[in-house]
Amino acid sequence: MSLLSVRNLSVAFPTQNGWFQAVEGIHLEVNAGDILAIVGESGSGKSVAMMAVMNLLPPTARITCDELKIDGQDLLAMPAKQRRKLNGGTVSMIFQEPMSSLNPCFTVGYQIDEAIRIHLGGSKKERTERVLHLLEIVGIPDPIRRYKAYPHQMSGGMSQRAMIAMALAANPKLLIADEPTTALDVTVQAQILELLLKLQQTQGMGLILITHDMGVVAETAQQVVVQYAGQQVEKQPVFGLFNTPHHPYTAALLDALPERAPVGDFLPTIQGIVPGQKDRPLGCLFSPRCTHAQALCREQQPPLVREAKEWLRCYYPLNLAEVSHG
Amino acid sequence: MFKFILGKIILLIPTFLGITLAAFLFVRLLPGDPVTILSGERGISEERRAEMIAQLGLDQPVIVQYFTYLKHILQGDFGQSISTHRPVVEEFFERLPATLELAFFAILIAVLIGVPAGIIAAVKRGRWPDHVLMGSALTGYSMPIFWWGLLLIMLFSTILGWTPVSGRLDIINYYFDPVTGFMTVDAWLSGQEGAVKSALHHLILPSVVLSTIPMAVIARQTRSAMLEVLGEDYIRTAYAKGLPTWRVIGIHALRNAMITVVTVIGLQVGSLMAGAVLTETIFSWPGVGKWMIDAISHRDYPAVQGGLLFISMLVMLVNLIVDLMYGWINPRVRDGK
Repeated sequence: MSLLSVRNLSVAFPTQNGWFQAVEGIHLEVNAGDILAIVGESGSGKSVAMMAVMNLLPPTARITCDELKIDGQDLLAMPAKQRRKLNGGTVSMIFQEPMSSLNPCFTVGYQIDEAIRIHLGGSKKERTERVLHLLEIVGIPDPIRRYKAYPHQMSGGMSQRAMIAMALAANPKLLIADEPTTALDVTVQAQILELLLKLQQTQGMGLILITHDMGVVAETAQQVVVQYAGQQVEKQPVFGLFNTPHHPYTAALLDALPERAPVGDFLPTIQGIVPGQKDRPLGCLFSPRCTHAQALCREQQPPLVREAKEWLRCYYPLNLAEVSHG
Repeated sequence: MFKFILGKIILLIPTFLGITLAAFLFVRLLPGDPVTILSGERGISEERRAEMIAQLGLDQPVIVQYFTYLKHILQGDFGQSISTHRPVVEEFFERLPATLELAFFAILIAVLIGVPAGIIAAVKRGRWPDHVLMGSALTGYSMPIFWWGLLLIMLFSTILGWTPVSGRLDIINYYFDPVTGFMTVDAWLSGQEGAVKSALHHLILPSVVLSTIPMAVIARQTRSAMLEVLGEDYIRTAYAKGLPTWRVIGIHALRNAMITVVTVIGLQVGSLMAGAVLTETIFSWPGVGKWMIDAISHRDYPAVQGGLLFISMLVMLVNLIVDLMYGWINPRVRDGK
């Protein structure tokens, strides 16, 4: 049984010009101990989709979904109050901006303690011990002093470690990390990522890593979802994705990696920008920027098709000959 | 911390000097003079008049009068009331507890109703509770105090007969000597049955009238502070942690919103003193506000000057306390600087 199972998740926000489709048709499956990466440009709806899973979107958002299950529990059939209790307990989330994600008015210790109190309970002494233990396993030196520290007294890396400690407070089964290293110094990025992977292994959690760093994806993930303009365009195991990308967008993303670029030449880029609310093309959303697009692509949206462990939204996929469909 | 307080106090010195000058000049800009008013309708002879003016030192050039006044203040002498011949300090501080008591209950009501109203309006933003609350706040804010006070007296005292029209205590049934000057406290100390209730009974309507404007301001500021805070990342974190809504709003959001709201509450104390002058006049409340009005109508220069000075110092003191509280509420201000 999968830990998280999402079928056909869509999210729309009301705007002055009607509904804006931020997320359209996302299918995910994460098992215990799995690492799933979601990649895509800014504005491709990666964070919004995960916030929908956590029920963190404003009440004006229109969320539709065929199936949304965490650890076998059907979230769609659950009252909001009960669903809130899963947050931080069964599934935790950490965010892009650790500095602003901690409440400036409370000590770090208090904020971690709060999560323990809500989900696990226990006496003040037991909880304090657990907070100190958590601070230690996320690699915060001098936990006793840091317990009493306020967020503004900590660096970005320390804050993200504290956020991770808070997320782990109640031993969640699934951790969603929304670009956890984007706001940090390059030297700290690697440390935080390493910490996340180590904890994921020791705790046996499922991990969803939202990122736009393909290097991170290659090093960590087992499954990769590629999103474009709110749509899931491809899903493959990591090896297949890097070697035989089927969607032209995935291929273009990979071509733009400095490591893969031909030496001595300009770095390839993807021309144009992600369509906004008003300039969404009639057909495939990527068609205006796609070098392989044909007449059909511009007229009709390709459906999301599933084949074995792979999902694809494209009429003219690449590298198909190299894949055996058993 | 000590340095911080010292710095604040040093900054108060020029403000203090400015207030003495302003108080001194304003009262002299009023048409008429104390001698004319003292001499009454029938008037007095020119010689007697000149004698009285000289006695009060009003024959000196204004600039000389000011420096004499300043010299006396620095020696701790705030002068004598022209109409009662009693020291201004004595007269003022005798009446201050009545005003403080009124102001305290007013700010209490304003905070206890204003803050929750602001929170509800922010949480229900754009829906009917928001419109009703903010509409009421705007109405309250725009209502002239004397008019609002009279309306409430008409309804609750005249028509419904629920509250007394004026005064601080039912003096027919209760009598005790002032100990602290705070009627509720003195009533409690007297041990007379029902005295505290009577004191509160007299206090309720003037407090409500005086609280109206600060309440409106506090509600509006709480709403906007809450709206800002509710959009912050750490609120999302609090929800992601699984905290119940009341805890996210009532603790995580409110604590941050209070940083701005406390400053606003502190600033309201100044306008509270201005409101007290009107409220005390309407309800014949024997506090410093009513005393100031009487002093102004008697052109009682030392009393008006002294009163303005003391009230300003009080407001400055409250703002100093708010500054200190700010450090306590906002951890980011606390360390050093």
